[in-house]
Amino acid sequence: MASQEIETLASALARLPGLGPRSARRAVLWLVKRRETALVQLVQALAAVQDTLVECSICGNVDTRDPCGICADPKRDPRQLCVVEDVADLWALDRARMFTGRYHVLGGRLSALEGIRPEDLSIGKLIERVAEGGIDEVVLAMNATLEGQTTAHYIAERLEAFPVRITQLAHGLPVGGELDYLDEGTLAQALRARRPVS
Amino acid sequence: MTLDRITLGHFRNHTASRLDGAAQINLLVGENGAGKTNVLEALSLFAPGRGLRRAALAEMAGSGGPGGFSVSAALDSGDGNEPVMLGTGTRPDRPNRRIVQVNGAETSAVGLGEWLAVGWLTPAMDGLFTDSAGARRRYMDRLALALDPAHARQATRYDVALRERNRLLSDEMEPDPQWLDSIEAQLAEAGAALAAGRAMLVERLSTELVTLPDHPFARPALSLAPGGPAERDALLSEFARQRARDRAAQRTLTGPHRDDLEVTLSGKAMPAASCSTGEQKAMLIAITLAHAGLAAGGRPGLLLLDEVAAHLDPIRREALFDRLRAGKAQVWLTGTELAPFAGIKGEAAVWRVSGGVAEPVG
Ligand SMILES: [Zn+2]
Repeated sequence: MASQEIETLASALARLPGLGPRSARRAVLWLVKRRETALVQLVQALAAVQDTLVECSICGNVDTRDPCGICADPKRDPRQLCVVEDVADLWALDRARMFTGRYHVLGGRLSALEGIRPEDLSIGKLIERVAEGGIDEVVLAMNATLEGQTTAHYIAERLEAFPVRITQLAHGLPVGGELDYLDEGTLAQALRARRPVS
Repeated sequence: MTLDRITLGHFRNHTASRLDGAAQINLLVGENGAGKTNVLEALSLFAPGRGLRRAALAEMAGSGGPGGFSVSAALDSGDGNEPVMLGTGTRPDRPNRRIVQVNGAETSAVGLGEWLAVGWLTPAMDGLFTDSAGARRRYMDRLALALDPAHARQATRYDVALRERNRLLSDEMEPDPQWLDSIEAQLAEAGAALAAGRAMLVERLSTELVTLPDHPFARPALSLAPGGPAERDALLSEFARQRARDRAAQRTLTGPHRDDLEVTLSGKAMPAASCSTGEQKAMLIAITLAHAGLAAGGRPGLLLLDEVAAHLDPIRREALFDRLRAGKAQVWLTGTELAPFAGIKGEAAVWRVSGGVAEPVG
């Protein structure tokens, strides 16, 4: 039986996406054996992240500063705005280096069954950003799931009154975790093939 | 084509069964509970979905085993190429996740559909015509899925969208109309695709069935009784129009989730539910065989007939054997005795199944 501290660490690691209890115990063992090297590095890296990571007050991205690097970057085209469900989607899309505009992170997708309502997402803030003007195109890059597509439709309806072009990825983004496995070419293709929302 | 070198590892009561030397027609003979249907169920897992019992994966793992199961077979397409190795099962640490392998590489269950078209008829389906409309919708969707793998995705999307709409409609708060718009747009799109898939199934089956004689198998006439408009736009405006009614009912009262399959005995023009059990069984066989021909569509076909021969009179039985011989599908038949198979056992591969062990006969 391991000590309480080790159990707590293993249990915290087990909750990380893709890990689970067995891998977590292996990781803990590995770290314990490398107390002076890997463990110290990990502790410092985690502390640094905890100290500096903030949510961007403009787009919802997670970065070490607010506004985030993307929102603060003058080379980014302010007339294009890409709306995504989660930060992971933003990061994956940005790795594809196809989109030169800015982003807006909703923080999830509508789901009546899970009780996620429009007011639980940053839709109001999105409408404020569009209402301020200066945006020509809003790209809806929701996941291909039913909930993702419902959310895209909902946002398109809410933005209908504004003089912006609303476009949508041809097939929606592949669901969450799979996105990381997508090669950048596929994402770039999805962006190029965006179409106006009917 | 032949599926051969079939293995069942810790699958229900089969600890380690191996069936070699399969032919076009295959017979599994044994007492009730011996494990014949388990072999058919294992083979039915070479199709996407939950198999012919619609059972949970965890139930399929043998109780005395490690907690997972495996089923494998070699698919010889008969074109001189190496057989394709198909495998499926679960691992003990994840008993609810189905693993599918083709030639050793992991793939999705849907991917199996590219290799093989699997159809079945079991005694559990005997009550189909007198059962609920829901059972007939599931039946239609299973058959439609074999013709078009995309049908399953539309059925799932429709189901999720329907539950989303019903949840909003039954909410205490007045539902957000734009949210309803958005859900209904998805519902109408998936619903129209679902309805089209079912209509296509019924139409193609009907075309196939019309060519059959009325004897000795009672010939069924099929029609789709739609639960709502079939076109996307019509469905969409119907959902919008009926919001108040559906809000009062707290659920969606129009749409393909209310479809039904209507079957009548052609010639007598009698609803299938009022026909004799023998006529009902004969109509089910007719639909199963018509569908097997359609579903194959160039792919190898696999037809699993559980306890079918024993309930037919000798004339119908011989007619069934003739049609199975003439068909291209590989067929697996079960029975408690060999006697009803006298007309076909000479050309069939036969196994006696007992206590979860399959022994070749003859
Ligand atoms: Zn930002």
